[in-house]
Amino acid sequence: MTLRVKDLKVYYQTLRGDVHALDGVTFDLADGEIMGLAGESGCGKSTLGKSLIRLDSRMRHVGGSIELDGKDLPIADDDAMVPFRYHEISLIPQYAMSALNPTRKIGRMINELLRARGLRPADIAEELERRLELVGLDTDVLNRFPIELSGGMKQRVVMVMSTLLNPSLLIADEATSALDVSTQRSVAESMVEFRDRGYVKSMVFVTHDISLVYQMADTIMVMYAGRIAEKASTSTIINNPQHPYTQMLISALPEVGSTAEETRLEGIPGTPPGLLHPPTGCRFKDRCPMAFSKCNEQPPLLEIEPGHWAACWKTG
Amino acid sequence: MLELDRVHKVYRVGAFGGGRLRAVRDVSLTVKPGEVVSLIGESGSGKSTIGKMVLGLFRPTSGRITVEGTDITTIKGFAARKEYYRKVQGVFQDPFSCFNPIFKADRVFEMIRSSYFPGVSDADWRDKVLAAVGTVRLDPENVLNKYPHQLSGGQLQRLLIARALLLDIKLLVADEIISMLDASTRIDVLNLLGDLKERGLGILFVTHDLSLGNYVSDTSVILRKGAIAEMGPTLRVFDNPLHPYSRHLLSCVPQLHRTWAEVDAELAANPPEDVTLPTVAEDDDSAPLLEAEEGHFVGIDQG
Repeated sequence: MTLRVKDLKVYYQTLRGDVHALDGVTFDLADGEIMGLAGESGCGKSTLGKSLIRLDSRMRHVGGSIELDGKDLPIADDDAMVPFRYHEISLIPQYAMSALNPTRKIGRMINELLRARGLRPADIAEELERRLELVGLDTDVLNRFPIELSGGMKQRVVMVMSTLLNPSLLIADEATSALDVSTQRSVAESMVEFRDRGYVKSMVFVTHDISLVYQMADTIMVMYAGRIAEKASTSTIINNPQHPYTQMLISALPEVGSTAEETRLEGIPGTPPGLLHPPTGCRFKDRCPMAFSKCNEQPPLLEIEPGHWAACWKTG
Repeated sequence: MLELDRVHKVYRVGAFGGGRLRAVRDVSLTVKPGEVVSLIGESGSGKSTIGKMVLGLFRPTSGRITVEGTDITTIKGFAARKEYYRKVQGVFQDPFSCFNPIFKADRVFEMIRSSYFPGVSDADWRDKVLAAVGTVRLDPENVLNKYPHQLSGGQLQRLLIARALLLDIKLLVADEIISMLDASTRIDVLNLLGDLKERGLGILFVTHDLSLGNYVSDTSVILRKGAIAEMGPTLRVFDNPLHPYSRHLLSCVPQLHRTWAEVDAELAANPPEDVTLPTVAEDDDSAPLLEAEEGHFVGIDQG
């Protein structure tokens, strides 16, 4: 088991009080698993991704633990996390364009990064070139500035950089959302290839685009208002979701080939609750057509069949 | 109603404007009343430039854009332009930046009133606003008298559409209006476009997402490097893509229920009918279209 997150709570500190962005999140990630993390904006998916690598100054670790390869991650202690970052846990940020230093050539930037982590660039140079070729880049990019590369090329450079030390866990936060569809496909396919070759052990792919994770992920976890709604294998989430929120979310997605005349899709009425003072009980109850009196109590996340977890009184 | 006739747009680029960038190349298309036309393309395909030219924000380098028979480049002067915007309005990608955070969100309605309807009485105006807000399927109690930060992206976007509806518009240019919205509210805005179409509004729907373009539109126009690659009734274009670029796009769009490998296999099993794409000489900047079947056109292959 690569990653084991138990009852993780991370709050944002604001002048008006704590925003409960992650409120008791529990899940496991197996070796070699690519997990798609999906949900609406403000559901805590990016917060979860960030919590696994670095809490920024507004984020506070309130409770819960994270275990990676059997070792506890000291996420609340910024300095103690340093040895883990890049070696064990790595990140592909959303905008690769802003992740690269515009004043350095790519090759120099990578060397600086490796030296900062206490490694000799010469030891890794060969591997670096091999991986650049694998993602379809010429090794010539090392002598270029970021401005000379297209968006897709930059995203691939960042992907190679992030995974150069074979981390156990890679967090990709909307890594392909800013790309055109054809580039998106090739970047997403290279990520799966990296997993297959063992360059990364497992991956959390944060996205709002469920049809993209359907293409590449093994499992999908759907979050709602700081909590997990459902986690299951990709085909189960898409074809046989159990949580009412997942069901409504999947049925609201237009597909290539569907038209408004044939089947009119419906959105989910209402808006997600504010997390400054989150409601008690199930957080989806106000928008849920199946809500009943018991929803005033918080439903536990239960394994309703092997590998399929859902937090709803109706599924338990 | 809206007609583009061999429209070109060339931008001057570079430090001294010495470079030329052809953003739109020989595009001809029409939008009829009660019709949704999707302009689909990747970044740099010229789709937004076309939308902005229709809104009169840029002038075409050559070619004619006519709305109800009037060439829009002949519309000069403040009063005439104001009249034009009574008929044609745009809604854009980012609803959050369209509102001034200091004022309440429904101030956008007041601004329409002060510039277009100064003579309308308070009661009549209120009825008109309530009707427009009802048309976009919002509950007036939830959205009026609120500040922008109290409303969701979907609500703000629908308020902007309601604002456009206060004027008796004939044509709406919707430029990526749902790409910043969440999946659960996205579909409501799309359905709204369908409702407006029923009321006889012509809609130019600019998008990069094939599945969204497909959901609402009657006609789809796939753009590549400024020129039309394929144009035709939506169902024909998606069931029987003829241009290699359309097929490539279709194979790359992530779909629910069908993996990329399955789509690849499906496209390989259905090779395109034998169409010869039109060709042009190297220095010719026209982009002719060829009618492959009735109403279904294919354009040049730009590699």
